[in-house]
Amino acid sequence: MKRGLQGNEQEDGGGTSGGCQKTLKRSRKQRREKDLEDEEVRWECLPQEILLHVFQYLPLLDRAFASQVCRGWNEAFHMPELWRCFEFELNQPASSYLKATHPDLIKQIIKRHSDHLQYVSFKVDSSRESAEAACDILSQLVNCSLKTLGLISTARPSFMEMPKSHFISALTVVFVNSKSLSSLKIDDTPVDDPSLKVLVANNSDTLKLLKMSSCPHVSPAGILCVADQCHGLRELALNYHLLSDELLIALSSEKHVHLEHLRIDVVSENPGQQFHTIKKSSWDAMKRHSPKFNLVMYFYLYEDEFGPFFRDEIPVTHLYFGRSVSKDVLGRVGLNCPRLVELVVCANGLRPLDEELIRIAQRCTQLSAIGLGECEVSCSAFVEFVKMCGDRLTQLSIMEEVLVPDHRYGLDDIHWE
Amino acid sequence: MVVNTIHWFRKGLRLHDNPSLKDSIQGSDTLRCIYILDPWFAGSSNVGINRWRFLLHCLEDLDASLRKLNSRLFVIRGQPTDVFPRLFKEWQINRLSYEYDSEPFGKERDAAIQKLANEAGVEVTVRISHTLYNLDKIIELNGNQPPLTYKRFQAVINRMDAVEMPAETITSEVLKNCVTPISEDHDEKFGVPSLEELGFETEGLTTAVWPGGETEALMRLERHLERKAWVANFERPRMNANSLLASPTGLSPYLRFGCLSCRLFYFKLTDLYRKVKKNHTPPLSLYGQLLWREFFYTTATNNPCFDKMDGNPICVQIPWDRNPEALAKWAEGRTGFPWIDAIMTQLRQEGWIHHLARHGVACFLTRGDLWISWEEGMKVFEELLLDADWSVNAGSWMWLSCSSFFQQFFHCYCPVGFGRRTDPNGDYIRRYLPILRGFPAKYIYDPWNAPDEVQKAAKCIIGVHYPKPMVNHAEASRINIERMKQIYQQLSCYRGLGMDVKWWRVPDINLVGPRCETGRGSQSARVSGVFIVKPGPTLSCEFLRSDLPLLPLGLYLGLPTI
Repeated sequence: MKRGLQGNEQEDGGGTSGGCQKTLKRSRKQRREKDLEDEEVRWECLPQEILLHVFQYLPLLDRAFASQVCRGWNEAFHMPELWRCFEFELNQPASSYLKATHPDLIKQIIKRHSDHLQYVSFKVDSSRESAEAACDILSQLVNCSLKTLGLISTARPSFMEMPKSHFISALTVVFVNSKSLSSLKIDDTPVDDPSLKVLVANNSDTLKLLKMSSCPHVSPAGILCVADQCHGLRELALNYHLLSDELLIALSSEKHVHLEHLRIDVVSENPGQQFHTIKKSSWDAMKRHSPKFNLVMYFYLYEDEFGPFFRDEIPVTHLYFGRSVSKDVLGRVGLNCPRLVELVVCANGLRPLDEELIRIAQRCTQLSAIGLGECEVSCSAFVEFVKMCGDRLTQLSIMEEVLVPDHRYGLDDIHWE
Repeated sequence: MVVNTIHWFRKGLRLHDNPSLKDSIQGSDTLRCIYILDPWFAGSSNVGINRWRFLLHCLEDLDASLRKLNSRLFVIRGQPTDVFPRLFKEWQINRLSYEYDSEPFGKERDAAIQKLANEAGVEVTVRISHTLYNLDKIIELNGNQPPLTYKRFQAVINRMDAVEMPAETITSEVLKNCVTPISEDHDEKFGVPSLEELGFETEGLTTAVWPGGETEALMRLERHLERKAWVANFERPRMNANSLLASPTGLSPYLRFGCLSCRLFYFKLTDLYRKVKKNHTPPLSLYGQLLWREFFYTTATNNPCFDKMDGNPICVQIPWDRNPEALAKWAEGRTGFPWIDAIMTQLRQEGWIHHLARHGVACFLTRGDLWISWEEGMKVFEELLLDADWSVNAGSWMWLSCSSFFQQFFHCYCPVGFGRRTDPNGDYIRRYLPILRGFPAKYIYDPWNAPDEVQKAAKCIIGVHYPKPMVNHAEASRINIERMKQIYQQLSCYRGLGMDVKWWRVPDINLVGPRCETGRGSQSARVSGVFIVKPGPTLSCEFLRSDLPLLPLGLYLGLPTI
């Protein structure tokens, strides 16, 4: 066909007036037909690499339509490169408004592409069936060498409602077969210590990210095992009850890479829960080993459960208080969190947080984002706060109800300032 | 030639500031003001008894006012497309007037009627008086798109021409020689129906806390302004226990039905402010409530899918849970959280709740605790809430559920703490949930924590006489905040509306995911592609979203509390 093209060029590109005249002599209709022919020729000629590149830009449905056009495009559709990533959406009509991944498509993927899959996630709704369907698929991925796995509950944590053994065995299939898992997101699942051991036994060299907040069946020893063996771990998310001095020391050991991100959820199940303390020396070790790491802490505690927290300096960078937190605690935050970058307070009492806010502005020199919900701050204090750290704030979200007009400033004046 | 005019009341149920009526009277020989009782009232048949009662009050009030002008209101049952051809013929109509309706359903209906009118040779007079401004102009000034943030909206408003003055009230002078032919059997044929006639059970129905009608509306306006003048303070009133109760100066239902002209309110506010503050220019915040209303009308006018998530270009596609049981508990005030239940009880009984109460129950239903779709909440409000019209209701629900309008979702209202801070004594709870009267203030917001003796003394055992809390709030809100974060994290691969979303974890995608569509397209958030969890660059913001256009100080303005 290329030859055909060249032939045409030779004919037309003669350059001499004779050649041109010859072209002119051909009727318009003939010329159009010829152009069409040329176009058909070009589309079929499209090399696979180009098709692949184009297909990568198409959403899955459009790609599927394209694959029906001809055999060549159908082959391109099934090229391994297009099946490295997939997100399985598992929803039941009774519990979700969104559509699920078509079961036929799932069958096809398992049949033809399970050894191509490398980056996989499962989004499940609140029904148990969806969680079980996810695990069924996982169990069939015996030929996969996954680099990334995400198990994501989009509503109520349905992985917790299925039989634990079913979940564990499915997860173990992946751990054993993958051997090069780099990122693992298993929040709100019934993962346990033995399965973490299997994870470590097979993927300790490659694991970089592990998110397992709200996994109640894991113990501090279980996660310590991960920290001890997976020296490439850069990001970790877990609940406070799994945090221990030993864990922090393990993460700061010489063999360990610099930790980049540590997220801790501090959640109270019932009022009056007791929480253990972490020694300042453990945090100092972390700071020395990974000076730039982000320490993100979410607090969902009752007001009187904050006793063990913020007594000593702690290198926290992002603080989120999801429930009411007392003035007292916020005062301690100002004293003990010099690395603080972002602060969110959902609620406080009815007394203004003026001094606490000013102190935070003074001592948290890295603060660049703050959000205040149901709190009270006098307008004067707010103005002073903004004057002190306005130039480094990139985010300031404060509900208008928070601001209390005082003798110096009213709300309208604030807008001007 | 004899000019016979019909004025068609839909909203705009008033004789003051009614320019379409006033203009069409000019040169008319006869005038008939009609109201069509369309089975599809305001686009849905989901209307509770309080809303019907309010409407009937409005119609009766109109009829009474028209009687003083030797005219009457004609209430006609049926659908407009059936009713009008008949009336055009029967009454030999050559002129039709009505107030412009900006809502998509309204525009469609009116286009059909315009067509019928053209075919019958009827001249149509339409005027804008339900909104302060011509909404299409606002959209035009904003580059042919409705502003999606309140801040941007205010900026556009500042560039608009001044609000038009309210039109002259219809009086006998205005009517002049225009008459209304009234038949003997007018009441039978065209009278305002009663609640019973509409099929409602009225036994045991208490007097309306919010009486409808233009007369009541204007009286309330005077009281409202008097109170403002007396306080000499135009700041938003601080929320306290009293604010929760229906106020005799509350105006929102009257604005919704059009018993009160928003333009009249606007000008009266302006005059009062100038008088009290010695001629200072009023800040935009003075008109808070009116402008919010305008904002939602503007966003909704060209979007027929505004009240849905699916197919709505400005709505984030959130994987809400389907849970009819939980929804029913919320709607019927049986959640086990006294604060929530009291609010929903007041709503059902009276038809109005304070704005922050709305925030509380909306948050609880959607992103706070139950993770149920805002569309469900919107439908319940539509049924029960007097001032909920299509645009404002849908817009508010999307706002409160963080489905649109760039809302920060970091803050979640606590169903215990919020009420406790607002009304520490708990009088509001006792008023609407008499079963809990015996509880002391210490436990009335979380009675499940009260020791057995206290419950016994209160003659109310939790779990028996009053339900246990249907969720563990700490756990539920923790999970849901995480869900919201997940969704917005995925949106980070979508550059919406020309703003760079610097979310903290931009996934490193090996294969390019779906193409990022510029402009609208929350559809692209519903990616058929991938969320890859890989270690990525650390960025500064974990909780707060960096894509919000901020004021210089970044004040986040909530919805008004008036």
